[in-house]
Amino acid sequence: MSEQSNELADLVGQDHAATGHEYAAGFVTEIEADTLPPGLDEQVVRAISAKKDEPSWMTQWRLDALRRWQRMPTPRWAHVQFPDIDFQSISYFSAPKGTAPTSLDEVDPEVLRTYEKLGIPLHERAALAGVEAPADTTSNVAVDAIFDSVSVATTFKERLAEAGVIFCSMSEAIREHPDLVRKYLGSVVPKPDNFYAALNSAVFSDGSFVYVPKNTRCPMELSTIFRINEKNTGQFERTLIIADEGAYVSYLEGCTAPMRDDNQLHAAVVELVALTDAEIKYSTVQNWYPGDDEGNGGIYNFVTKRGACLGDRSKISWTQVETGSAITWKYPSVILRGADSVGEFYSVALTRNLQQADTGTKMTHIGPRTKSTIVSKGISAGRSQNSYRGRVRMNPGAKGARNYTQCDSLLIGDSCGAHTFPYIESKLPTAVIEHEATTSRVSEEQLFLCQQRGIDPEKAVAMIVNGFCRDVFRTLPMEFAVEAAKLLEVSLEGAVG
Amino acid sequence: MSLLHIENLHVDVAGQPILTGIDLTVAAGEVHAVMGPNGSGKSTLANVLAGRPGYDITEGSVTVDGEDITPLSPEERSLRGLFLAFQYPIEIPGVSNMEFLKAAVDAHAAGRGEDPPSAVDFVKRARACAARLELNPDFLKRGVNDGFSGGEKKRNEILQMLVLEPRLAVLDETDSGLDIDALQVVANGINAFRGNGNAVVLVTHYQRLLNYVVPERVHVLADGRIVHSGDSSVALQLEERGYGWLDG
Ligand SMILES: Nc1ncnc2c1ncn2[C@@H]1O[C@H](COP(=O)(O)OP(=O)(O)OP(=O)(O)O)[C@@H](O)[C@H]1O
Ligand SMILES: [Mg+2]
Repeated sequence: MSEQSNELADLVGQDHAATGHEYAAGFVTEIEADTLPPGLDEQVVRAISAKKDEPSWMTQWRLDALRRWQRMPTPRWAHVQFPDIDFQSISYFSAPKGTAPTSLDEVDPEVLRTYEKLGIPLHERAALAGVEAPADTTSNVAVDAIFDSVSVATTFKERLAEAGVIFCSMSEAIREHPDLVRKYLGSVVPKPDNFYAALNSAVFSDGSFVYVPKNTRCPMELSTIFRINEKNTGQFERTLIIADEGAYVSYLEGCTAPMRDDNQLHAAVVELVALTDAEIKYSTVQNWYPGDDEGNGGIYNFVTKRGACLGDRSKISWTQVETGSAITWKYPSVILRGADSVGEFYSVALTRNLQQADTGTKMTHIGPRTKSTIVSKGISAGRSQNSYRGRVRMNPGAKGARNYTQCDSLLIGDSCGAHTFPYIESKLPTAVIEHEATTSRVSEEQLFLCQQRGIDPEKAVAMIVNGFCRDVFRTLPMEFAVEAAKLLEVSLEGAVG
Repeated sequence: MSLLHIENLHVDVAGQPILTGIDLTVAAGEVHAVMGPNGSGKSTLANVLAGRPGYDITEGSVTVDGEDITPLSPEERSLRGLFLAFQYPIEIPGVSNMEFLKAAVDAHAAGRGEDPPSAVDFVKRARACAARLELNPDFLKRGVNDGFSGGEKKRNEILQMLVLEPRLAVLDETDSGLDIDALQVVANGINAFRGNGNAVVLVTHYQRLLNYVVPERVHVLADGRIVHSGDSSVALQLEERGYGWLDG
């Protein structure tokens, strides 16, 4: 490699600790917590269920999942490396002390301040930080905040209720809407689906539940903010979103965690159900603590996300912007069962330092004329490894099905890696499957051009990366596209030095 | 005082001496042409002025408005008003021309301690400059040089110059690859820009451009040094007789 590209690598690899561009969400909130001792067995599962006052069907459901999990081997196929996790050293439940809050006024002020520090004031008036609500009130955002294991606040509840939309914590849904929960929980991601899904099914602590009734357009964006605070706790949230016939909902999740030297496990399960003519748009901005420059600490983000387009003409669209976590292992997927149903996956995954990401999607075409689109943008800097893994399956009944996949990688410096693993399984010769892939590099010439025009290299890289991600940002709700671009810029500030 | 002053400049590239003692002084308001055979060091001179990494100054000095610019980063030189139009403009796919220009203009505003111009003012200005170069406004929405023809890339360099209004513009073969009409348009752009206290260094192989943009001085570079300087008639002589004329 040329002298100049080494210079670029130096620039990118530069220690940023001194520059103060640390992970901004990395603070710890001092609050008293009610935390279960580390370890996992039947007693622990029963204790979680009891703490949440769950009906016995739920307890049994969890115990069944635990037994299945105990028989499963740890998966090793992803293109990531990490030491074995000792599942007995993790605590499976942590909650801010006290009784569960029933309104915002009852939430511990420290917790509220935490969200304010993160730029997400929970007070209803404020909606989301930096988001100026236009005259058209539909662009308000309702927020469910999950602090460690429990939901601490769900805003805008009343306005949603007027529209018939249910937006509450999973715990509340289990109590208040057992029929819906029993019908759909585990219907898209079955308990034994995979190791981490089984684990989640046994110990999930909380999460968000959404039900949008027939022919209803959810009047605002729904959002969940996850925050891991306690040390040595895993976070296992469970999200279930159901869009009934002709319903529409747009949902956004955001995630942060304090900086800790130890790795912390996050193993969530998200299930989406779209009935006939329904549409669900699910966006993620993931900014979990990625670990330090040397790869110490950070979140292991092992998440199972799947949507089922059960009804004809239904549509599920995943958009993710992944900048955090030490290791990301995640494949938001769509099962295209209904005729003419549509699945979409738009992804930006940024890795730097020693981060590893193995992410992508699975599109399973079952119904006729089903259509899927995959756009994946991977950005690697530092010594990170970034993999796209995708599977498109065309079942025999999927006549006239189509898939389009576009997979682009952008490299910054010489020490990082980008990999693509596209799998195509088609039992259908007539199915149309298109795949395009590119790999490019932020070149010294591009940076020099920017510098020559007065733009410093850090801004230049951010601008180039933003341009590279445009196709994905376009699919985010307006308010969050701006946030995502900013987040990327902040994440890159550290990466470019 | 001279705007650009180069004294005894020696430059190595990859350990090889390329420039071996350049002296050049350009006053505010002047246009100087630099000519010379392929490989004589014209682009090396342009790049070293802009502070491109990999070009090592082993001897000599470069000042702009009396300030030694050699310790400055490329972006600091840009903010001091130095502009380089590249011989081979590079593409930045995905970043629109408009966005790129805005980032540059904002950086320059910040360098002067000013607020960035409003989006509306900026767009007006960018469109006006594009119009002067007879560029379609859609041009501004396309990725920087992405899929541009050779001539379009050159015009785009001049567009950036007009928007940034530099104090010293170094144009490296901006005329190469332009069709006859485009040459005229670019020449008009340069003429509209020249004067106003700024200076232009025009690197070119052809008399054609100099018919439209008449320089105060013409310098001939050979083997890393200036071997001849004169008024605009030098270019005419070279056109007629070739570089052999200087050996005689
Ligand atoms: N990176 C490099 N390594 C080695 N030699 C180099 C390098 N860059 C330039 N040179 C050499 O320096 C000399 C001057 O090159 P330069 O590009 O400045 O010429 P030029 O006068 O602009 O030519 P042209 O008219 O063809 O554009 C050439 O001999 C070239 O091969
Ligand atoms: Mg040249």
